[in-house]
Amino acid sequence: MPNILVVEDSPTMRQLISFAIKRIPNSHVLEATDGVDALKKLSSDKIDLIIADINMPVMDGLKLVSLVRGNPAFKNIPIIMVTTEGAEEDRKRAIAIGANAYLPKPIQTQELLKLVTSYLSGNSD
Amino acid sequence: MEKDVSYLSKAEEFIQMFKKGEEFTKELLKENEKLRYRIVELEGSIEKSVDNARTKLYENRIKLLEDELESLKDKFRKVAEENKDFASKYLEVEEENNNLANLYVASYQLHSTLDFSEVLRIVLEIVINLIGAEKFAIMLIDDKTNELVPVTTEGIDMTEVPKVVIGSGTIGRVAREAESYFAEDLTGVREYNPFEPIVCIPLKIKEHVIGVIAIFKLLTQKAGFTNVDYELFNLLAGHAATAIFSSRLYTQSERKLTTIQSFLDLLKEKPKKWENR
Repeated sequence: MPNILVVEDSPTMRQLISFAIKRIPNSHVLEATDGVDALKKLSSDKIDLIIADINMPVMDGLKLVSLVRGNPAFKNIPIIMVTTEGAEEDRKRAIAIGANAYLPKPIQTQELLKLVTSYLSGNSD
Repeated sequence: MEKDVSYLSKAEEFIQMFKKGEEFTKELLKENEKLRYRIVELEGSIEKSVDNARTKLYENRIKLLEDELESLKDKFRKVAEENKDFASKYLEVEEENNNLANLYVASYQLHSTLDFSEVLRIVLEIVINLIGAEKFAIMLIDDKTNELVPVTTEGIDMTEVPKVVIGSGTIGRVAREAESYFAEDLTGVREYNPFEPIVCIPLKIKEHVIGVIAIFKLLTQKAGFTNVDYELFNLLAGHAATAIFSSRLYTQSERKLTTIQSFLDLLKEKPKKWENR
């Protein structure tokens, strides 16, 4: 059963993403409200994929990605960023830090589900 | 001598007989040859007719198989088309499902609290995350002045959004007529103008307008509106209005209740003070 961690400060987006992800058979969703909360979940649960917002209080998504990539225990977890920042340079920056995919908001649920299933099955290329 | 003659005639007779036999044999041989030739001929024609029959049979069989192949191809084409139809219907259902999920979540969140500022925050979240707006304001009608007053903004400072008299300009007209406004060019780059929104949605409870959501700029990646966006606008027009209205009433009543409670506490305390005197 893959554990997917949704990191979002907005309850609306958190619920929306979780709602969509729960449609993937056997998937289990964990929620975190910011980067610090996400790190706590990472140390307490086995996480298979992270979906994270960029703009969050306490610790933003980019800082979270760099910390995850710097930790040997978590460095291979696929990370999908969802954000209102739609500019190409924002995308490049997130990918350079270590994000695997970048989805600008408003997100297309089908696109997100396609990405999640491809990363979970290991056919992301 | 007579004996010799008789031998000779007998020999002659024998020779004649032999010759006749020879002729007969020759005739028989000829006839035999002819018959053999005829047999070969007949055999050839029989073989030919058997071949023809076989060919005919094969041709019929091939025709049958070709017909069968054609009908199978036809069935395959139909099944492929049906499959394509099912696939596109599946995608449509999936999209509809996703849209309904968006609407459900938006509606659920809007009615999840009675805290006025929380409701406003949720409306902001919906407009940013689900619609994709970058600069917008939520304005409510001040019944005393009959003006639309900004209560919260995103991407612009609250002081940059002036009050609008009902009926005045695009925003005022939307509030008066309770009809949504969509500019023709949604994505064109333009300077922020507080009087010219690209979208203005009335917040209404039945036909009673309590305010508007005025959108001035969409996120750069948002190219235009889809069906679900219009559904969200409809949802916001109704549900956000109800949520804002009821939470404002609740917050006001809570405040009043606290005031009354303090007043009652004060009244209860007064007699004691009097008694002490």
